[in-house]
Amino acid sequence: MGEQVDRSDGEAVPSGLTFQEVARAHLPRLYRLARHLEGDGAEDLVQECLLRAYRGYGSLHREAAAGAWLTTILVNCHRDRLRKQLRSVQEVSLEGLEEFSLYRQVAEEDPFPYSDSLHTEFLGLFGAEDVHGVLQSLPPIYRTALVLRYIEGFSTKEIARMLESPLGTVLARLHRGRKLFERALWDYAEANGLLEGVAVRKEPEDVEVEAR
Amino acid sequence: MITCAEAVRQLWEYLDRELSAEDRERVEEHLAFCRQCCGEREFAEELRRLLAAQRRDEIPRDVLGRLESLLAELGS
Repeated sequence: MGEQVDRSDGEAVPSGLTFQEVARAHLPRLYRLARHLEGDGAEDLVQECLLRAYRGYGSLHREAAAGAWLTTILVNCHRDRLRKQLRSVQEVSLEGLEEFSLYRQVAEEDPFPYSDSLHTEFLGLFGAEDVHGVLQSLPPIYRTALVLRYIEGFSTKEIARMLESPLGTVLARLHRGRKLFERALWDYAEANGLLEGVAVRKEPEDVEVEAR
Repeated sequence: MITCAEAVRQLWEYLDRELSAEDRERVEEHLAFCRQCCGEREFAEELRRLLAAQRRDEIPRDVLGRLESLLAELGS
């Protein structure tokens, strides 16, 4: 660790806990959030968050607020990194996005011809790592909004505050992000062969029912 | 009465409780008679559950070790 840390505050919050004790308890949660926001850059993001939090530990007055405090710092670090990336960011194709509906796509393509709950079965193809992969394929500004809203459960107002963006911008990113996520789920299923053989696998059950 | 396209466009905001009372009422009025859009709503709820299920705390042991080392360095 080569960086010199300049701290002008005290060693502990009023409860008497040191920064290390407070931060350690939140590492798994911070890493989860960082992994969703930045994928392979997660560890680096948590490190940056810890350094920034350590410098500002004096501003934390209640141990109970430590979770929200650390989350905000991590999102701030991510936001700053995002701004740097945005200068050279790739644009994703939004062509036809408004018209895309995964619900209709699944119904029309009908990958489960023997099922009466094909939409549920389609989503059942995705394990946790698949969903993670789909999220990582989205442009960061949309992924960030989706992660904070639908995985972490923050309100749109809280997200707007964290990202220092107007509420309308957050709502627009969520709208596009949801559409992109739906389209990416279908693309991922096709590209990774999730749909291959599902109809065939279903057939024997159906035959068995008919035979009874 | 709003169209299916309008109802579907507002579904997630409806589920997020982001709509105004007036818009909310319009979506509910539409859902009350449109079976297709009720299917869309159920699917949107399933998609939300799929995302919410990602809320699991898992940290690889080696990553945890390195982050704990960083904390220890900060305290030394």
